[in-house]
Amino acid sequence: MKLLTCPMNGPRNIDEFQSFGPVRARPDPNATADREWSRHLFRAENRRGVVVEWWRHVPSNYFFLAERDLVSNEIIRTFDASEPRDRA
Amino acid sequence: MPLRLLKYGLSRDYPVSGDIPATPELKPAYDVVIIGGGGHGLSCAHHLAKYHGIRSVAVLEKGYLAGGNTARNTTTIRSNYITPEGIAFYKEGVELFERLSQELDFNVMFSQRGQLTLAHTEATMRSFHMRAEMGKHMGTRTEVVDQKGVEELCPLLNMDYGGALEILGGLWHADGGTARHDAVAWGYAAQASRRGVEIHQRTEVQGFEVVGDRIRAVKTNRGRIACGQVLIATGGMNYDVALMAGVELPIRCYPLQAMVTQPLKPWLHTLVSSVSLHTYLVQSSRGEVVIGGGSDPYQLYSTRSTLDMKEHLAEGAVHLFPFLQGVRLLRQWAGITDMTPDYSPIMGASPLANLWLDCGWGTWGFKATPVAGKRMAQTIADGRVPDILKPFALERFETFRLLNEMGATAASH
Ligand SMILES: Cc1cc2nc3c(=O)[nH]c(=O)nc-3n(C[C@H](O)[C@H](O)[C@H](O)COP(=O)(O)OP(=O)(O)OC[C@H]3O[C@@H](n4cnc5c(N)ncnc54)[C@H](O)[C@@H]3O)c2cc1C
Repeated sequence: MKLLTCPMNGPRNIDEFQSFGPVRARPDPNATADREWSRHLFRAENRRGVVVEWWRHVPSNYFFLAERDLVSNEIIRTFDASEPRDRA
Repeated sequence: MPLRLLKYGLSRDYPVSGDIPATPELKPAYDVVIIGGGGHGLSCAHHLAKYHGIRSVAVLEKGYLAGGNTARNTTTIRSNYITPEGIAFYKEGVELFERLSQELDFNVMFSQRGQLTLAHTEATMRSFHMRAEMGKHMGTRTEVVDQKGVEELCPLLNMDYGGALEILGGLWHADGGTARHDAVAWGYAAQASRRGVEIHQRTEVQGFEVVGDRIRAVKTNRGRIACGQVLIATGGMNYDVALMAGVELPIRCYPLQAMVTQPLKPWLHTLVSSVSLHTYLVQSSRGEVVIGGGSDPYQLYSTRSTLDMKEHLAEGAVHLFPFLQGVRLLRQWAGITDMTPDYSPIMGASPLANLWLDCGWGTWGFKATPVAGKRMAQTIADGRVPDILKPFALERFETFRLLNEMGATAASH
């Protein structure tokens, strides 16, 4: 069983969570060409290394952020979306 | 020793040379450099050499021959997709499999036993009707069957009448089948090397020399190679390898896991797949039941197996065939799959003039090994993408012309 530490509910089985993928910068809808929209919609971070991702604790429907290593699968830190983040 | 045998032993035909020669020295340049010695790269090499007379070809494989997803897949071959572009392409793929053992002079053990996909909800039945109509329109053998039809095709199935997962009907695809994955790769490799293609194992591409809009050379752990044309066919590593050339593909990597049971007497005569249970089964000719295929629920570059996924697959398998509960598992494994947003591959041109893509094969690319190799070889030889491949271009994401095969892929591969 892999544990994920939810900022609100503490360490829980990762089965209780749903991944929503890497955080993407939101383009400015008034100044964005089709090409950038396409990038925003279809290209998520996939480089080997640490990504910042959206996760949801399903039973409590709480969304938060996690830094996770895409190679080792180590969850480096989890935090509330209002907290400052170093990456992405 | 009988004279006849002695004569043979002293003749020039003896000893028989190996099918696939040992890795030779790298030459300074090749007309075509194929990155990735999986089924796709080897199939392209074969088609270049045999049908286009292009023999200055090097296949570069960082590990051993076909040790990537070609070695890990569950060998479902089918064409019951939903977009006309997808069906046309995969249909050609199935037809090539029908003749593949003859083409390669190598037994790939193709067994066209048909695929039965099960519906446990009315919504799934509706999607099956759509797929069946599209399939018939495109000339494939795909039809909806009712409960009685399912029972006739697969009498040992637990229909779960009155239960929460009652089987309401199925999608019967008589063209569906399976083949021996390793044999497909070895057959292509043997044919290609017989015609002069060089297969370089333990040769890893580590970078590119890009000049203007062309790749001038490929950098490997064994040295630099100048190249005419370059093909990327590196399976789960497609995102990484394309990125080395400055091309960012819309791909995310997820592990896909599968497992097999101990060998049993033959009892499962079709491929069976359940959409709701996310489980499919096929019995190999050795009698092992291959059970797939669970994608991990988040991105990862890892081929580790997890108990969660094995439990999930075992639960699905035992639900469909309760008598499997005492059966032992022999092996489990995972492969890294290069998933695209629309569950269709990315084939054809790249932003660089001499770099070609055979990527985004995700969880479904084994069945396309012959056709992708054939059509990519044609593309490289002509310097032009044939009509059948045009819909799969990388640009489709910029023009929002997606080929959505998610529903026709998720549980069937
Ligand atoms: C568990 C599982 C089940 C599957 N089931 C099915 C199925 O039932 N039906 C189906 O159609 N498909 C299935 N697939 C998908 C299918 O396996 C793949 O899409 C297909 O095998 C891809 O073939 P390929 O030759 O492109 O890639 P691969 O076979 O992965 O070959 C790519 C090769 O490139 C090499 N490589 C990578 N990086 C480099 C580098 N830098 N330099 C040199 N070489 C490099 C790798 O070592 C590898 O050997 C499944 C996949 C998995 C993991």
